[in-house]
Amino acid sequence: MSAGGGGVGTPKALPSSGPKSLRDMPHPLAASSSEEAGAELTPSPDLLLPRSIADKDLSLPNGTPVDTSSPASSSSLLNRLQLDDDLDGETRDLFVTVDDPKKHVCTMETYITYSVTTKTTRAEFDLPEYSVRRRYQDFDWLRNKLEESQPTHLIPPLPEKFVVKGVVDRFSEEFVETRRKALDKFLKRIADHPVLSFNEHFNVFLTAKDLNAYKKQGMALLSKMGESVKYVTGGYKLRSRPIEFTAIGDYLDTFALKLGTIDRIAQRIIKEEVEYLVELREYGPVYSTWGALEVELAEPLEGVSACIGNCCTALEELSEDMTEDFLPVLREYILYAESMKNVLKKRDQVQAEYEAKLEVVALKREERPKMPTDVEKCQDRVECFNADLKADLERWQNNKRQDFRQLLMGMADKNIQYYEKCLMAWESIVPLLQDKPETK
Amino acid sequence: MERPEAEPFGAGSPDSLPEDEPESPGSPAPPEEPGGAAADTMMDDCLLKKIEINVSEAEKRTGRNAMNMQETYTAYLIETRAVESQTEGQCSPPDSLWRRYSEFELLRNYMLATYSHIVVPPLPEKRAEFVWHKLSADNMDPDFVERRRIGLENYLLRVASHPVLCQDKIFYSFLTQEGGWKEMVNETGFQLKADSRLKALNATFRVKNPDKRFTELKHYSDELQSVISHLLRVRARVADRLYGVYKVHGNYGRVFSEWSAIEKEMGDGLQSAGHHMDVYAASIDDILEEEEHYADQLKEYLFYAEALRAVCRKHELMQYDLEMAVQDLTCKKQQCEELATGTVRTFSLKGMTSKLFGQETPEQREAKIKVLEEQIHDGEQQLKVKNLEGRDFVKSAWTDIERFKEQKNHDLKEALINYAVMQISMCKKGIQVWTNAKECFSKM
Repeated sequence: MSAGGGGVGTPKALPSSGPKSLRDMPHPLAASSSEEAGAELTPSPDLLLPRSIADKDLSLPNGTPVDTSSPASSSSLLNRLQLDDDLDGETRDLFVTVDDPKKHVCTMETYITYSVTTKTTRAEFDLPEYSVRRRYQDFDWLRNKLEESQPTHLIPPLPEKFVVKGVVDRFSEEFVETRRKALDKFLKRIADHPVLSFNEHFNVFLTAKDLNAYKKQGMALLSKMGESVKYVTGGYKLRSRPIEFTAIGDYLDTFALKLGTIDRIAQRIIKEEVEYLVELREYGPVYSTWGALEVELAEPLEGVSACIGNCCTALEELSEDMTEDFLPVLREYILYAESMKNVLKKRDQVQAEYEAKLEVVALKREERPKMPTDVEKCQDRVECFNADLKADLERWQNNKRQDFRQLLMGMADKNIQYYEKCLMAWESIVPLLQDKPETK
Repeated sequence: MERPEAEPFGAGSPDSLPEDEPESPGSPAPPEEPGGAAADTMMDDCLLKKIEINVSEAEKRTGRNAMNMQETYTAYLIETRAVESQTEGQCSPPDSLWRRYSEFELLRNYMLATYSHIVVPPLPEKRAEFVWHKLSADNMDPDFVERRRIGLENYLLRVASHPVLCQDKIFYSFLTQEGGWKEMVNETGFQLKADSRLKALNATFRVKNPDKRFTELKHYSDELQSVISHLLRVRARVADRLYGVYKVHGNYGRVFSEWSAIEKEMGDGLQSAGHHMDVYAASIDDILEEEEHYADQLKEYLFYAEALRAVCRKHELMQYDLEMAVQDLTCKKQQCEELATGTVRTFSLKGMTSKLFGQETPEQREAKIKVLEEQIHDGEQQLKVKNLEGRDFVKSAWTDIERFKEQKNHDLKEALINYAVMQISMCKKGIQVWTNAKECFSKM
């Protein structure tokens, strides 16, 4: 990792990246007030530390030495994949699954609940296994709580709450299934996170019989972070925002834009495919109609008709697969980019707060030569935020690469399968067409 | 003018011709005389065995029409070459001449009128129909002209390989005699033979005793026409949609490339996968262009259905004429009998007039009966001729219909096989492109 880097930047500056972070940052709530994390950081001019990270980040954005950006040969690719799996396997001791959606019809409202099953060996849990039922609102509560209590971390996105009314039936099987998958992904991403998975609200969410009781408790408490965020209103220009965060901001803008385009293209393709399917469904039977008029040609024409029918089925599967598997992942990442931008904004605000205090101190320097502790605290918070966020970004970049590799390979596979099915159908009727003259 | 090639397929084609083929300089036989030469050796074989026919070129021309208005049209170069001279290794240059579409049309109209018992091969469409929207419907469009060139060549080959049509003099001079051909066609007076009633498609003639076989065949040709035109319409829409599916994938090419610019490890894979998406989007152009030939094959049979119906229609008209003649004869016979016996069985105008203006003199009656008897005699003769004609027509028409059916089954089977092969090649291309793309994605 940042091996000494340039300047005052300490190796401890990046403790939370990689699997180690679990031990380095045992207290998830330390973010805003942690003394020990702050104490370990040398109070250095904030210009230097982030610069060194930034340089490092540009060359090796994933930090981990296994991830070389050079084009991998197939063997080194395999190595990398295995190593990734190993790393994941090592830290994984919490397994969460969302399944079995059920519709509840009450007098007041109709809603869906999902079964959330947890299996774990962690000491924080009293039992090795839990199973609770949660509805979307509860997931939403969890996400808000995580954002509140872990403001320095990137919280995975939830699927959109509101779908355009009338366009999508909220209780349709497809909608519920797509949402279930997204909620499952959401919890899995938290469970795999070295910090978020230890969050007490997450624990409560996974284990509490009656979540509503906890929800009411939480109402009274306002997080400290929430207050500090209000401290600076927008419009303040940071004097020295680390380049890497500016770069990430720009990256996210472009990334979200490109994903939006891909999402539109994918939807358009599905639409074209569905329209193609409509025509194809009319096309096949015309050959049957024709076959009914003919004697010698009856069989070949019927064969072509059946073949087109098979192609229809294959096409239908293709567009269904793309709708169910491809689009949701794109959506998740578009929302992810949004979450990330929010965290970046928060980080900027924390830094702005610090810079404002620093300015005040600079004016009074003659009176008090030593840095007041609240300014130091504030600086610590900036450092801490930067470190947490950087670790999360690395983790996110890694996940993103794997997810997209899988997603795009899946898309290619689905298309290959589609063509293979059509190929088989057409190849099977060639003998039928050719044999006829011989038997005559 | 009596040119020797005017009747190369006549019963007694000149024996002298084969010997003084191309080389003999003073020969009265012009060089475009291969048909005559071969006709001697393989009398009943089709023309195609003797000469090779190509429509090798199309050319845009501007000229003046009958109204002296400027017009643009396309002329097609017809090349003919004697097969005989080729096999002898003296590969003589082909004889060639230019014809325009309207001349092909004239040739076909002549054939329709002259050979009403034959399913005359159709011409390619005058205007592009059933095309998917990316294809131009413009008559001057190079792709359309090219497809028509193929269609016209196909038409000539069909006629040249037809056992009856290939022996037609007019057809032969269409291939070999550039000037004065139109006049020659018009001299045949084919327009007079053409039954104008055939063109009145909607008029129905109530035939009392229709031939079941022809009724069924007519029904079949109607259905065939409707099913093929439906098929062609849907195929054009299918092609449109398929085009859309492929072309939208091309957008991936652009966005992957743009996205790759901001990614590090994923960049290269995305960039090259984007390239494969471009290839995928571009591949549909060739696929659909090839499919257009399949559509043309189907179109030929769409128009063949029309030709088949014309034969049925002709039969129907002949039957109608026959029945009318029978009816007329019966009527005359009855009148004759009435006059002879003096009884009027039914109320008639004649009966009324005779009552009002008095009886005819016996001499008058005698003369009338005589005229009627003559008419009856003529009518019976005509009926005999008509019956004979009808029988001949049915016989020769049915022979050609059987030939047509065989040709149709063979051609369409071939077309379907080609279609399946096309689809197979499209699937293979698809698999190839996506496998390449997957390879790129896997390196991300």
